[in-house]
Amino acid sequence: MTAMENTITRLRQVPTRWWQIGLLALAILLPLPMGDYYRTVLWRTGLYAMLGLSLNIILGYAGLFQLGHAAFYAVGAYTAGLLNLYLGVPLLLTFPAAVLLAASLGFLITRPILHLRGDYLCIVTIAFGEVVRLILVNNLFGITGGANGLSGIDRPVLFGLVLREPIYHYYLMLIFLIVTIVAVHRLENSRLGRAWMYVREDEVAAEAMGIDTTRVKLLAFVLGSGWAGLAGALYAGKLTVIAPDMAKFLESVIMFCVVVLGGVGSIPGVFVGTIGMVTLPELFRPLKDWRDAWLGIVMVAMMILRPEGLWPSRRVQMEIHAEQATSTD
Amino acid sequence: MPASIQQLIQQLINGVTIGSFYALVALGYTMVYGVLKLINFAHGDLFMWGAYLGLSGIIVALAVALPAGAWVVLPVMVFVMVIVALAGAVVERVAYRPLRSAGRLAPVISALGVAFVLESLARNVYGASYKTYPTDITPTGGFTFFGNVHISIMQVIVLIVSFVLMAALYLFIQRTRIGTAMRAVSLDHDTSRLMGIDVDRIITIVFLIGPGLGGVTGVIVALYYGSFDFTLGWIYGLKAFIAAILGGIGNIPGAMIGGMLLGVIETLGSGYMSPQWKDVIAYTILILILIFRPTGLLGERVAEKL
Repeated sequence: MTAMENTITRLRQVPTRWWQIGLLALAILLPLPMGDYYRTVLWRTGLYAMLGLSLNIILGYAGLFQLGHAAFYAVGAYTAGLLNLYLGVPLLLTFPAAVLLAASLGFLITRPILHLRGDYLCIVTIAFGEVVRLILVNNLFGITGGANGLSGIDRPVLFGLVLREPIYHYYLMLIFLIVTIVAVHRLENSRLGRAWMYVREDEVAAEAMGIDTTRVKLLAFVLGSGWAGLAGALYAGKLTVIAPDMAKFLESVIMFCVVVLGGVGSIPGVFVGTIGMVTLPELFRPLKDWRDAWLGIVMVAMMILRPEGLWPSRRVQMEIHAEQATSTD
Repeated sequence: MPASIQQLIQQLINGVTIGSFYALVALGYTMVYGVLKLINFAHGDLFMWGAYLGLSGIIVALAVALPAGAWVVLPVMVFVMVIVALAGAVVERVAYRPLRSAGRLAPVISALGVAFVLESLARNVYGASYKTYPTDITPTGGFTFFGNVHISIMQVIVLIVSFVLMAALYLFIQRTRIGTAMRAVSLDHDTSRLMGIDVDRIITIVFLIGPGLGGVTGVIVALYYGSFDFTLGWIYGLKAFIAAILGGIGNIPGAMIGGMLLGVIETLGSGYMSPQWKDVIAYTILILILIFRPTGLLGERVAEKL
């Protein structure tokens, strides 16, 4: 572990600008020598990184245990799919609607449960996620296609170019991902971002300092849910087939693990987590049956050995170790 | 007697049967929550392992030609109870004890992790398809009364067994020294330690009793329905957890009442509305309770949850 920490410290001394340019170049060039399968794996990595970043706002910054995040991802995908199939809206133009609907649903669902603490919030979010999935399965409004979902969604069209090949989808994802990273990074260091972390560490103290904790927590949920909706719409454009399984609990757990494995509240951590939770299992397809066991072992082992995650945010790391030093029980 | 009343009584009987399953599993959640303030997500999967181990046990027992018939189930139940109880204690030792002082998020994630491992293990060992218990060992037949209300012998057995188990547990917790120690630990670890209670030992005992009870319930549920698959743990686990919350988590009579109530509400809901909304009804109850009365029906500790 110390060897790894040393490496990370040394890597941190490289000027940030170089890192950014290098990583961007890598992200652009990496898929070029690859076949379609690996390009799709990369696309999935981007998708889950985006979902992880969106959940990181809720779970990482504001410290709210959201275990039903996949519901908003599904809502985004269904919004895009339904608008496209029934009203013929070009797919890229459905994106704002997908974000808006997922965010509004995030607002409506979480408003009454904000007062719940920790593990109780976790349970309610699981229940909400399941309710969303069951509504889609049971075809409540008669338009969601039941258990089979929707198919035949149009491909996104960008300046007359129909995005069909995985490589186009990869670059579309990359653009949105870069926007997401920039936005999340700016949020992290904003007044709102600091308020989130204050609420995460000590809600009572935050309230005493004049932070409107309800508003701040609600904003975390609304932003995070909306962003998950965007990821869902991107998914609908790539796969053109969507099903209620998108909202299933396992998906929410994978997103949760992506954030926890890398380290809550850490942007690079989300990428480390995505590689561990999504990319590696995808590359080791023969072991697919054991993926859930792998998820489980990682969750237990991480909590015991390295609760701050593999690439933690420095703030969280300091807090966790300070806590352990002072706790006597 | 009018047909609508007959139907209602029938639904209530079915509901109480399912409710007693929920109640028995809910007891495991509520006991663990009582002593550790932890939602033991792995409990549902330990219960599911009870169903699988019961299946293996019955097949082996029938193969070695024990006197066939329903009695073969009893030694199998004892075997399952012991194995699942030990598994529960091992889970506590490996995945929860190192996290005793690590806040609230870490043990919950660890518990979810254990649940995934147990479920994946069951799916890989036993396969993803539905498993069926040998049908000739479950007693058939039943009683009909009020003209058209039917109660099967299996339902009668289920109800008797669950009430005996619940009564035994209740007496154990109220009357014995270990039970008293459990109640003390659930109030305050440090003070219990000052009173000379070995807190770790009590927690281990809780993790033996809860999963042991869950394992037996797994066998009973599988016998009652005849077939099941690896999703049993997750479905029943969540339902039982809802039952525990409904009755007031940490409260043992609450878990029993909550289980019965959930079973009845669900059965009435699927009987009078539509079976496909059954789960939605259960989740909605959970959400409403946590919003409006997080302490449940019999819960006391208000400040703890908000």
